[in-house]
Amino acid sequence: MTVQIKTIDLEPKRNTFAHVARRLGADKPASRYQEATLDVQATENFHYKPLWEPEYWHYDTRKTAVVMADWYKPLDPRQFYYSTYNIARANMNQAAEKNFAFVDERGLLTKASAQAQAAIRRGLLPVRHLHWGSNMNMAEMTQRGYGTAVTAPCIFSAGDHLGMAQYVSRIGLLLDGQTGATLDEAKQTWLNDAAWQEIRRLIEDTFVERDWFHLFVAQALGVNGVLLPFMYKKAEAAWTDAAMPIALLTEFMNDWHAEEARWSDSVIKTVAAESDANKALVSEWAKTWIARATAAAKPLSAALLNDDGAAAAAAGAEALKKAASLGLAV
Amino acid sequence: MSGTKKLALRQRYEYLTRGLDWETTYQPMDKVFPYDSFEGIKIKDWSAWEDPFRLTMDSYWKFQAEKERKLYAVLDSFAQNNGQTTISDGRYANVLKLFLTGISPEEYQAHRGFAFTGRHLRGAGARVAAQMQSLDELRHLQTQVHTISHYNKYFDGIAEWPLMHDRVWYLSVPKSFFDDARSAGPFEFMIAIGFAFEYLLTNLLFVPFMSGAAYNGDMSTVTFGFSAQSDESRHMTLGIEIIKFLLEQHPDNLPIVQKWVDKWFWRGHRLLGIVAMMMDYMLPKKVMSWKEAWDIYFVEAGGALFQDLGRYGLKMPKYADIATAEAEHISHQNWAVFYQYTHAAAFHTWMPDNEHLDWLSEKYPNTFDKYYRPRWEMWAKMEKEGKRFYNPALPQLCQTCQIPMAYTEPGDPTTICFRSTQYKGDTYHFCSDGCKDIFCDEPEKFVQAWLPVHQIFQGNCGGATVPDVLKWYHMNVGADNMDYVGSPDEKLWNEWHAEKLRQAG
Repeated sequence: MTVQIKTIDLEPKRNTFAHVARRLGADKPASRYQEATLDVQATENFHYKPLWEPEYWHYDTRKTAVVMADWYKPLDPRQFYYSTYNIARANMNQAAEKNFAFVDERGLLTKASAQAQAAIRRGLLPVRHLHWGSNMNMAEMTQRGYGTAVTAPCIFSAGDHLGMAQYVSRIGLLLDGQTGATLDEAKQTWLNDAAWQEIRRLIEDTFVERDWFHLFVAQALGVNGVLLPFMYKKAEAAWTDAAMPIALLTEFMNDWHAEEARWSDSVIKTVAAESDANKALVSEWAKTWIARATAAAKPLSAALLNDDGAAAAAAGAEALKKAASLGLAV
Repeated sequence: MSGTKKLALRQRYEYLTRGLDWETTYQPMDKVFPYDSFEGIKIKDWSAWEDPFRLTMDSYWKFQAEKERKLYAVLDSFAQNNGQTTISDGRYANVLKLFLTGISPEEYQAHRGFAFTGRHLRGAGARVAAQMQSLDELRHLQTQVHTISHYNKYFDGIAEWPLMHDRVWYLSVPKSFFDDARSAGPFEFMIAIGFAFEYLLTNLLFVPFMSGAAYNGDMSTVTFGFSAQSDESRHMTLGIEIIKFLLEQHPDNLPIVQKWVDKWFWRGHRLLGIVAMMMDYMLPKKVMSWKEAWDIYFVEAGGALFQDLGRYGLKMPKYADIATAEAEHISHQNWAVFYQYTHAAAFHTWMPDNEHLDWLSEKYPNTFDKYYRPRWEMWAKMEKEGKRFYNPALPQLCQTCQIPMAYTEPGDPTTICFRSTQYKGDTYHFCSDGCKDIFCDEPEKFVQAWLPVHQIFQGNCGGATVPDVLKWYHMNVGADNMDYVGSPDEKLWNEWHAEKLRQAG
């Protein structure tokens, strides 16, 4: 037996918008992701060339060297639109809040050894600036990219990096008793400590990359693919007796990484599979940025783990393997 | 900033936002931020920026997720219970057609534009605020699409909204407005959209649509409106902060900002003409007249705002007096345009009935009976005689606002206002001194305008005849366009109501 409430069924004239129906191949019910995403960016009959970049329209496929017949091919496997994105993050944040409360109430960080605390201050807190730089890059791809299928997840990712920069900062505030002293110190480390300089140079170099899909590859495979896994996974031993609380406080980052990669991998795979020319370009970019990120992480790896850069090399090797699995010639 | 004292909330927020930023050294700052100097705006000290709201990302996710859960619960319930059958009248759906084809795509443009300023303003505090607005504007586009998606299942004129936005003649008015802002520099964008649009004029754009929804039983759209209210408040605080900040930073900024305020006030005023028409003619249940809204939200509230900004030397926008005088006319003149071009519009038109005419007479005692009522009565008579008036000629468009040249001379409502100027040997035409001034200030920009009528004559819109062009617009002729009376919308609405009456016995 089932309970059945009788409702009035009115026959709809159509099931979805016409542009969505054309993409689905028929007028059938469409998902909210599809209606919120497909073809929503303007594509033709623009009025004025940007004063700041008159060689392009504000929406212009020529802002990257890769060519897609249809920029609505690289869809988001997570099917994020604003609502599902925010609800997913709010849920992840709920877990993060519990972890922060757990660590704070038990003083797990402040009770950790001086050695562990020093390693966190030097080795982990400056990554807040790397997230901030990543936030700038994702905002750039949002404004410069083509087609809502790719650009909407970019602004979500920009929000994520800002959020992660803030979680890392809160680790510092836990350590310094909410005075901000560790964050001032971390900025000096980021700006001056030799172990961090190649990482800072790398992210500053991405800031001036004008090809937005090149930037996408640099960010996804270089920064997210090598540097962040190095920080959040491979460097664990450096936190010594604080490794467990740090694992709790960075759980968000690891969950985020796995989820973000589902999207960015799928985008890169789709774009590279479009043509041999795309594949060659994307492969070249992937090789360059994975190599640079690996080299940039080595001094930090050596400084934190005294491993002569082995952990960084391992992160780089995994990134290369991943890139190959996306169909890239690396 | 380092210390041993616990951080106050404000300092803590600064550590979590602008404290993340640094001066680049491996790449020059001017290469990292290449677009923030050509407009001539001088910023001495970005650290003087006052964060207009202090939301960390975790709080943002939490608040926004909560609002989204509630909103989508209402949208689902509205669809399940056939909420579209309990709106005030089938005519109301035309307001939503205008909204989704004309306004929602601009929410999207705002999303991309705030991503631009969210990356390219040199001040990190301002960037964070702009990025959150970029996220919010994407929210508004997507929730509007989802809200109106249900209406699309039953009403015509909605299904092709993105394509129509790119092609249909009157939709080039809002599109060119936003293309203008998007192609401007980052500071002009912030004044154009952040200040003029989101602060000065928001009560005349967003609010009338949402109040209209509330008055006309559209529970889904009004729920969206309530849900977006706190976003809009944040946008308003950003808009007022940016203008104050620019004016406080350097006296040389004043003439530049004044020029932008003048430009975007006038452009906004022209764009709002469609809202005026919606309020006075398209809402079956009226909220207030356009004239009343203008008096409250521009003359009074805007007047107070500019009095406040007067301490920086900023003056009321140029031609504000003309705009106020036009508030007596603009809705009537716009409705007249759409009535005579109803065959080329993706929403329905109608002549007001007697009760509606009397309401207009009451709300517009200085102008309606004298200038507009006689025209409506004549057109209604012609309809009855089977001689419904259509205008078969294509109208001349204003080079700046792209509206057909149908507005009248200030102080003389019986003479069409024409202005023109020469640029590099060509003549350009305008609907007003306001639009002409805007052109003359940036002719190299405005000569580029994709004017729909010019494009039709140049053969770029599907062909030489009206049916060719309508086909290129993806207009479903006889369903999307023409009068409400006799439309499939009307037929369906009447069926629903006959069924309701039958059930009520």
